[in-house]
Amino acid sequence: MSNTPADLRYTKSHEWVRSESDGTVTVGISDHAQELLGDLVFVETPEVGSSQEAGAACAVVESVKAASDVYAPVSGEVVAVNEQLADSPELVNTDPYGEGWLFRLKPEDGALDALLDADAYQALVDEEA
Amino acid sequence: MSKQTPLYGKHVEAGARMVDFGGWSMPLHYGSQLDEHHQVRRDAGMFDVSHMTVVDVKGRGARDYLRSLLANDVARLKVPGKALYSCMLTPEGGVVDDLITYYLSDDFYRAVVNAATRDKDLAWMRDHATGFEVVLQERDDLAMLAVQGPAARDKAMSVMSGEVAAAADGLAPFFGAQAGDWFVGRTGYTGEDGFEIMLPATEAPEFWDRLAGAGVAPAGLGARDTLRLEAGLNLYGSDMDEQVSPLESGLAWTVAFEPAERDFIGRAALETQKSAGGLRRFVGLVLEGRGVLRGHMRVLAGEAGEGEITSGGFSPTLGVSIALARVPAGTGEHVEVDMRGKPQPARVVKPPFVRNGKACVEI
Repeated sequence: MSNTPADLRYTKSHEWVRSESDGTVTVGISDHAQELLGDLVFVETPEVGSSQEAGAACAVVESVKAASDVYAPVSGEVVAVNEQLADSPELVNTDPYGEGWLFRLKPEDGALDALLDADAYQALVDEEA
Repeated sequence: MSKQTPLYGKHVEAGARMVDFGGWSMPLHYGSQLDEHHQVRRDAGMFDVSHMTVVDVKGRGARDYLRSLLANDVARLKVPGKALYSCMLTPEGGVVDDLITYYLSDDFYRAVVNAATRDKDLAWMRDHATGFEVVLQERDDLAMLAVQGPAARDKAMSVMSGEVAAAADGLAPFFGAQAGDWFVGRTGYTGEDGFEIMLPATEAPEFWDRLAGAGVAPAGLGARDTLRLEAGLNLYGSDMDEQVSPLESGLAWTVAFEPAERDFIGRAALETQKSAGGLRRFVGLVLEGRGVLRGHMRVLAGEAGEGEITSGGFSPTLGVSIALARVPAGTGEHVEVDMRGKPQPARVVKPPFVRNGKACVEI
């Protein structure tokens, strides 16, 4: 069954968000999402320095099956992207909450409040199953 | 409710992600499609293809019937066991389906047609049997397994009964043989050596276990698709259908215009197309830009015009994205593909991309 860490926040579109101590947030896709997509073969990350609107498509993950947009969970400036994914997109499958992170944003204050907690996200996943 | 093959329980046991395919519940993968793909290219994998439809064509008129029904000519089959790949065409020259026909004797041929087109195919075959002394029998009592890969034949023969193994051992490529109520063909849909094995449905789960014991790993529909794409083998419904000609689908080699007096269904339409000229080309593409080519993306061929990708994906063996595409007659070696609004460069190549584990195109 899919793994939903309790210390993260989530979106209905299956991104996860982790608050870092420096005020930035790290974004990836959930274990459930990677499992649905199948083996990833290509990841397109946003440009560092670009601003993203919450809910706007800002990255693309392509699996053996299909291409899927990844949406910015919160508004903010992209401060880092996971360069390793260019050569190793499979990290999103093998370690979706760790080595398979996608990008880091500097969000506006309080932006995370609107996101789902782990229980609410798990309920959503169970509903879809 | 999707239909289940005799191996459904084995797939669930192996942890498969099951999906609906042509009305059948089939394994998409058993964990990793990429691993399954490599397993077939490097060693041996097995596919449950029991959803495919086996039709025995029997009777004194079998040969004449198939010579009328198929665009390829079963009269080319002189040696029992030999297989023939062909299309069935509409009178307008569109493709009803593609199929393999094994010649077993002058009054016995065995055809294998696609699962998703089963009902349409059976109706078409029956409708066009009028006037021929022929009996069509669907063999839904049989299961079908494809064992594919460089080690597939040895591993499969090691777990067959003596009689079946002896029949399998003597097969040249693209031949099949019966052994009791089993049938083994040295055919496949991956670009690797191997067998397609038809056997009584009741014996399939045990044989599956024996193959697994011999180190043949299960592979799902996902790997089957990337393997056939690398091998440059067409998929019905994506690369061709009733709206397109085999002459524009890379299948001209399967249309037997000789002898000229053989009047197969669709012949007149294809002859008209041929003499009119300007037929679109069916080509391979290797992506030089970033991303993954997918079916229905537009191919921009400059002044030659526009074409369309018919199937595309990521090639695990080559590590790049590849595709099959239908493009205008004058298309050159370099094109662009409209990938989600961004044109990306691609190179036009002649399929296959991979055969017997080796790249056939420069990357």
